[in-house]
Amino acid sequence: MEKPLTEHIRPEGPPLGLDEYRKNGGYEALRTALADSAPREVTEIVEKSKLRGRGGAGFSTGMKWSFVPMGDNAPGRKYFVCNADEMEPGTFKDRYLMEGNPHLLLEGMILGAYAIQAPVGYIFLRAEYRASEKALATALREARENGLLGENILGSGFDHDIHLHTSAGRYICGEETALLNALEGRRAVPRAKPPFPPVVGLWGKPTIVNNVETLCNIPPIVRRGAEWFRGLGRGDEAGTKLYGVSGRVRRPGLWELPLGATLREIIEEHAGGMAEGYQFRGVIPGGASTDFLVEEHLDLPMDFGSVQKAGSRLGTGTMIVLDDRTCPVGMVLNLERFFARESCGWCTPCRDGLPWIEKILEAIETGEGREDDLDVLRQHAGFLGPGRTFCAFAPGAVEPLQSALKYFEDDFRRHVNGHGCPYQAQPATA
Amino acid sequence: MLTDTERREIEAELPHYPRRQALCIEALKVVQRHRGWVNDEALRDVGDYLGMSEHEVDSVATFYNLIYRREVGRNVIHLCDSVSCWVMGCDRVREHLEQKLGIRTGETTPDGRFTLLPIPCLGDCDRAPSFMIGRDLHGNLNLENIDTILERYE
Ligand SMILES: Cc1cc2nc3c(=O)[nH]c(=O)nc-3n(C[C@H](O)[C@H](O)[C@H](O)COP(=O)(O)O)c2cc1C
Ligand code: SF4
Ligand code: FES
Repeated sequence: MEKPLTEHIRPEGPPLGLDEYRKNGGYEALRTALADSAPREVTEIVEKSKLRGRGGAGFSTGMKWSFVPMGDNAPGRKYFVCNADEMEPGTFKDRYLMEGNPHLLLEGMILGAYAIQAPVGYIFLRAEYRASEKALATALREARENGLLGENILGSGFDHDIHLHTSAGRYICGEETALLNALEGRRAVPRAKPPFPPVVGLWGKPTIVNNVETLCNIPPIVRRGAEWFRGLGRGDEAGTKLYGVSGRVRRPGLWELPLGATLREIIEEHAGGMAEGYQFRGVIPGGASTDFLVEEHLDLPMDFGSVQKAGSRLGTGTMIVLDDRTCPVGMVLNLERFFARESCGWCTPCRDGLPWIEKILEAIETGEGREDDLDVLRQHAGFLGPGRTFCAFAPGAVEPLQSALKYFEDDFRRHVNGHGCPYQAQPATA
Repeated sequence: MLTDTERREIEAELPHYPRRQALCIEALKVVQRHRGWVNDEALRDVGDYLGMSEHEVDSVATFYNLIYRREVGRNVIHLCDSVSCWVMGCDRVREHLEQKLGIRTGETTPDGRFTLLPIPCLGDCDRAPSFMIGRDLHGNLNLENIDTILERYE
């Protein structure tokens, strides 16, 4: 099984240095692309590879790049930004890549910047990722000292430099237009779209924002070709995916598998099944803002299309398992409390609706719930749905809520009718 | 007034951005690193330096949760309370910490040694429950190992 993203990473070990990275074929894609390919050809190969963004929305990477104005009349200032904010609860995949093989990300960024002809790049990194910051700072220095960044990269005439920006916290910074405002030193509220960042982005200039995992796929695609990459997926979708599992499973962790591995395979084989004494009840498949899946979905291939057809989203591909001894209402309360706290406050349904949802859930969980609360919750899920707010935060926030109401309705009713939570608090375990 | 060191550290970032005001967050972080937290005077200092009003700087400072607008202790414990940690029992960890330190979340111990704050997912979910003290991440917490970890912080 091929693992282009993680094959050289030493789990728990130090990050790959420049020499090691090069020994394994690192920066060869950059060297050949700069020497032999026009920028447009790099975008084309990425389009042909069918790579879809790994930041959560699954948008075609090549298509996104193709929206950037090119040619003599295009603005000279353009930006290439890596989204390394990774604050989606339950998600820990980008960190693994940055701590393990930072040059893979840098090479992907330089290739992307070349494709859109951007002289300046930023890595927007959450401040808590100290090990990633160290690994990236070292890799950036090595790259600059070896002519891989700066002026006239590898003698090609292309100039590019990357600056590492560490954030100051808040989940909404990961939304790409909020991220641009944060980079400009402002409050990180999302921007109205359109215009979209590839046309009007950072300081009004064309800007590409891509996720860490997305970008780590670029060097192998450029080096080994679109067809090879498409062949890596199990079904119709291309490439590998970093899947993660947390919760009460035997071996929580992260694995690079063909895109389209099944939920059962990931949870039972790789995560070792449920921990002693716990049974599987459900899973949020791709970080906090995705709909629950349950037992009937265990044989679902975890690719963008299949998960969407089942009523959820692949999201970040890092899943959180709900077991039979953990209260589903409590879990949803935890999620909505997070969203209520992290809302940027720009749109009314999101700013006011989420604390309201949180209050109702708290009432239900503590035995103060009423029969009609479930309807009110369902109504809110509609008010916060797609198209009613400036950004995808609000629709994402109600995804776990609406699906919990569907799959765990009995649990909600037991709380209301029994005036309290029938579950016992579970211990803190390591 | 910003100290010379603060000014130097902020200025080092200047070449990376086309506009001076982009340094606002960076400047707040620099000042916080030296002064522990961002008080009103610090807001004015950063504002004077960047050509922004105190209120503009405050609107940025209050948005970001790692900029402290209130005094914090020598060691800030950021306890993850997001979903994976919640499933793995972070409420028990919080109860234990609150009891041991004699404070509630959001407060600082009287000796100024610890402040306890919540934080969204630390990206350590496979080792949940987790917290960060200062800038050190600690995962696989349980009621036995927490006390030994705390001892390392003066
Ligand atoms: C509330 C919210 C938070 C987000 N957080 C992140 C994040 O932390 N990292 C990320 O890569 N994308 C995040 N995204 C998605 C970005 O807006 C954007 O789609 C993504 O960075 C594009 O990269 P991709 O095309 O490579 O997937 C978030 C979106 C929303 C609505
Ligand atoms: S949906 Fe929520 S997070 Fe997004 S812009 Fe509106 S208020 Fe802010
Ligand atoms: S949910 Fe606590 S580290 Fe991710």
